[in-house]
Amino acid sequence: MSAARRQQRVIPGFGLSLGVTVTMLSLIVLIPLCSLVIYTLELSPAEFWETVTRARVLSSLWVSVSTALCAALVNTVMGLVLAWVLVRYDFPGKRVMDGMIELPFALPTAVAGIALTHLTTTNGWVGSLFARFGIEIAYTRLGITVALVFVGIPFVARSVQPVLEKLDPQYEEAAHMLGAGRGYTFFHVILPELRAPLMAGFSMAFARGIGEYGSVVFIAGNTPYETEIAPLLIMSELQEYDYSAATSLALVMLAISFLVLLANAAVQHRAARRSNG
Amino acid sequence: MKTGESQGRPWAKWALIGLAALFLGVMLVLPLIYILTVAFREGVGVFIAAITQSDALKAVLLTLGTMLVTVAVNTLFGLFAAWCLTKYAFRGKRVLSALIDLPVTLSPVTAGLIYLLTYGRQSILYPLLQRLGITIVFAVPGVILATIFVTFPLVSRELIPVLSAQGTQEEEAAALMGAGTWTIFRRVTFPHIRWALLYGVVLCAARAMGEFGAVSVVSGHLSGKTNTLPLYIELLYQGYDFTGAFAVSALLVVMSVIILILRSLLERKGDKARNAH
Repeated sequence: MSAARRQQRVIPGFGLSLGVTVTMLSLIVLIPLCSLVIYTLELSPAEFWETVTRARVLSSLWVSVSTALCAALVNTVMGLVLAWVLVRYDFPGKRVMDGMIELPFALPTAVAGIALTHLTTTNGWVGSLFARFGIEIAYTRLGITVALVFVGIPFVARSVQPVLEKLDPQYEEAAHMLGAGRGYTFFHVILPELRAPLMAGFSMAFARGIGEYGSVVFIAGNTPYETEIAPLLIMSELQEYDYSAATSLALVMLAISFLVLLANAAVQHRAARRSNG
Repeated sequence: MKTGESQGRPWAKWALIGLAALFLGVMLVLPLIYILTVAFREGVGVFIAAITQSDALKAVLLTLGTMLVTVAVNTLFGLFAAWCLTKYAFRGKRVLSALIDLPVTLSPVTAGLIYLLTYGRQSILYPLLQRLGITIVFAVPGVILATIFVTFPLVSRELIPVLSAQGTQEEEAAALMGAGTWTIFRRVTFPHIRWALLYGVVLCAARAMGEFGAVSVVSGHLSGKTNTLPLYIELLYQGYDFTGAFAVSALLVVMSVIILILRSLLERKGDKARNAH
């Protein structure tokens, strides 16, 4: 171990690069994060519990989690379709489609938010089609889900694509030769291999969806108990200078996204063990 | 590589391509077309008037300035952090790498909140900052800091996979032959990461341009002073100036499409460079 370490240090500049990295990390991330911890410690547990169990807080958390979950599920299915189409098929416009997937990363969320809102109101281009069937999109939870689907499009497609590219077609051919149908081959040969990247993409889209603010705030309508998401409630608590309530809710959201990332890490760990042994 | 899939059932191929195209068409292309349509609905003159208003121009300048500082800081950090994490073995490396990735898993609103708690009125640092005459929250420094935080790991994340795939042998050889840190970096490491670095820079610039939630918390929404383009769009939208809001949005749409094209060009260059080695 120590010999290996000394060997690694043949390259000069360790102290400098570690120093710069840790200094910048401390200034930008660690010190601000510490203030969150300090502020939290000043809250009494009873006060914290009272704040996060208010009906309005619980309903905003439920709206955020449920819409983010629906959107992440839609993105998982559509991300798989997109990755499959882009890896396995050749067709005109493929390169454009491939480049376009990352638009949600490049387009400011507020811009996406106002465009999606106007498209889906009952007299918008898309909303009017759905209004005929009595479905309202803008200013409902369905609208929030649509906005979260938008921001989550790239995650699953981008994590599945490289794995699907590396997947050896021999397995599929073998399954086919042994008499498996295409559906059977897909669900029993291909899909198990994609479980880890699907989970990675799903959890990133889900975590992003829970915290998303810019694209949702316009389309949500922001009615308390109905379409108020947790980040928006934090925002309105901040505008009332109720920092302790905002911090408490932020901590709960932090815990939720931490759990999601932990679940993902467990799945990735198991997948890595499975493929190594 | 082609597999039997596409030859086997052409209807399935075209159905999936159609589904993918419909999904992206409705979710990504339609909003862009809508923005451009509304922006120019009342003629080019109105569009130009909307984007050349003094508050709009100030928002453009602030957004560009924030982008520049953010990209500079995060590129510097990304280079040092990626070098440090891939060229040396040391204790605490995993913790360091997890901490670097932390900002992207937080909700942007939470990110804004922790900067508010660190530099705002209730912070322990506040009296000190006031004595020094520095205002961070509800001023331009706050906007810039929040943007740096939200996009902090984006450059290092693009560099780390490339650098760890490349290994350390070339740098070790150079070091044993007596090259200094700067020479090693410039002559040995940099040629490998050129395209990945640019790719990360472009991604970071895109996110910095569009950041909304975090900036919204710390900016104080002072029009002409701390309003970035996304915040300015929100202001116009909430004042029911839809043509103005979509005109400024169109500006951001053009910038993000340029960013996307740059990204896919850089990705292709990077792939070519990697395949050539």
